[in-house]
Amino acid sequence: MNMVVCVKRVPDTAESEVHIDASGKDIDKSRLSFGINECDNYAVEEAIQIKERLGDSTVTVISMGSKESDEVIRMALAKGGDDAIRLEDEAFAGGDGLATAKALAAAIKGLEYDIVFTGALADDDGYAVVPAALGELLGVPHATYVKKVEISEDGKKAKVGRELEGGLMEFLEIELPCVLGIQTGINEPRYASFKGIKQAAKKEIAVKSASDLGLDASEVGEAGSWAVLEKFTLPVVGEMAEILEGDPEETAAKLAGILKEKGLI
Amino acid sequence: MKDIFVLMEHRRGEMRDVSVEMLSGASKLGGTVVAVLLGKDVDAFAEKAAGYADKVLYVNDAMFENYNSEAYQKALSALIKEHGPGLVMIGNTAQGVDMAPALAVELGAPLVTDVTALEMDGDKPKPTRQFYGGKLDAHMTLKDADLYVLTIREATFTAEEPSKSGEIVKVENPVKEEITYRKFVEYVEPEVGEVDITQSTLLVGVGRGIREDKNMPVVEELAQAIGADLAASRAVVDAGWLPSDRQVGISGKTVKPKLYLAVGISGAFQHVTGMKGSEVIVAINKDPDAPIFGIADYGIVDDLFKVVPKLVEKVKELKGA
Repeated sequence: MNMVVCVKRVPDTAESEVHIDASGKDIDKSRLSFGINECDNYAVEEAIQIKERLGDSTVTVISMGSKESDEVIRMALAKGGDDAIRLEDEAFAGGDGLATAKALAAAIKGLEYDIVFTGALADDDGYAVVPAALGELLGVPHATYVKKVEISEDGKKAKVGRELEGGLMEFLEIELPCVLGIQTGINEPRYASFKGIKQAAKKEIAVKSASDLGLDASEVGEAGSWAVLEKFTLPVVGEMAEILEGDPEETAAKLAGILKEKGLI
Repeated sequence: MKDIFVLMEHRRGEMRDVSVEMLSGASKLGGTVVAVLLGKDVDAFAEKAAGYADKVLYVNDAMFENYNSEAYQKALSALIKEHGPGLVMIGNTAQGVDMAPALAVELGAPLVTDVTALEMDGDKPKPTRQFYGGKLDAHMTLKDADLYVLTIREATFTAEEPSKSGEIVKVENPVKEEITYRKFVEYVEPEVGEVDITQSTLLVGVGRGIREDKNMPVVEELAQAIGADLAASRAVVDAGWLPSDRQVGISGKTVKPKLYLAVGISGAFQHVTGMKGSEVIVAINKDPDAPIFGIADYGIVDDLFKVVPKLVEKVKELKGA
């Protein structure tokens, strides 16, 4: 089974403060840590588990981004990926989900693949566009929010479980080759071994520009996007919570008092 | 102004709320609102949609009994090509997101997903959506096109009372070939656990801020002191620290306890949807800008590992008193 996994390096903002930068179109990333997009981490694990289960398989890691994305790529290689491609070009910047899918599709078209894995959505922009768009661009079926993958004995089909609202699972049968957008929680992503990390450090990452992919700069990035980010603003919130002030001793006492007063404890 | 197509979403004999919400929202944008209903013997949905739409295009075919993105995409693109709407609105749901990007690619149409607010500039939408788990609003500009596709987040628009009586037009299924490469198999219900958190009076919700499995006793003690059950955000369930039946949010349960004490939960929309109906919401989070404080009644901006143990002490003192 030949598999491709698309990964993205994103800032970790779940537990950090986010500040809009001077351009108004980006955030101040100087104090943020970066890592692999959460769903993508599960996608990598799913591909590697299938490779281990079936044997005689390859996993190619693809990422769009600057050299800094190499750390994310190498971690995927360290866990069991075989080779890697990084798409880097100034022309890729500012692309919407469809423009990104276009570049990924151009890179994947030249590969032999049975399954292309992507994350279901990105933690930063939350577009969730790539899986379905990639399937359409490659001319193969797709499914997203995938939380279960079982490949048939003959390797021609997969039974796929999609997570719907309320935790209901929708099972479908899909022909390979296909694109699967992976949801978090499908597996337990491993940590890379020391040996794997050492081996991955030696692997070559093929870097490709727009022209290497046969794409004109006008087709990708902001120029090739239908939707462009005009500006960020802070969300308008309703009535803010009453913030209890003080050190932990004081805030805890105030909160306990409120809970008591309301008859909740 | 060109027509607005709104795709009706339904599942297992129920029309999804987002469908009526979108029809209500679309009606305020000007232009003719056309509800597109693909299904098998769903006449009742056609009648319901007619109460909110100027016209209902209804394709009744066994192919649409259960959702299949490939069949839906083919039918929708054929209807779009025939009728030429300027805007197509699809729910930003597990169904919509599985289909809309492919449809946009096929039709060469601009797409904005997960729209949370919408204004129009003539036929061109000016959508707002969120980045970074709801921490920022992103205002999007679209290039000129004949057709735009938007997926709309649930509860972006308010469902109004029905005030229209649109014509129901039964349309022959434009999809002639059988879809063999993607087939619906079955639905499987989520597993049922030992505690039904939808019935709990008091809940302590645990989020990513708990950081490690070994820190779980911190919140377990709090839950015990208060007499609450533990609930969780997606991250905690994905990590395997609590079973999936404790998950609150879009892909989990909707809860309405008397108290929801959110510990280390940032308050992304996916989670908030499942707990915003709680009577009293308290949030403990170190990020003062965490969206959870926008819906909480009371908040403590601090390190949960410092506050929660103190809170356990204080609660025990007051309960003992």
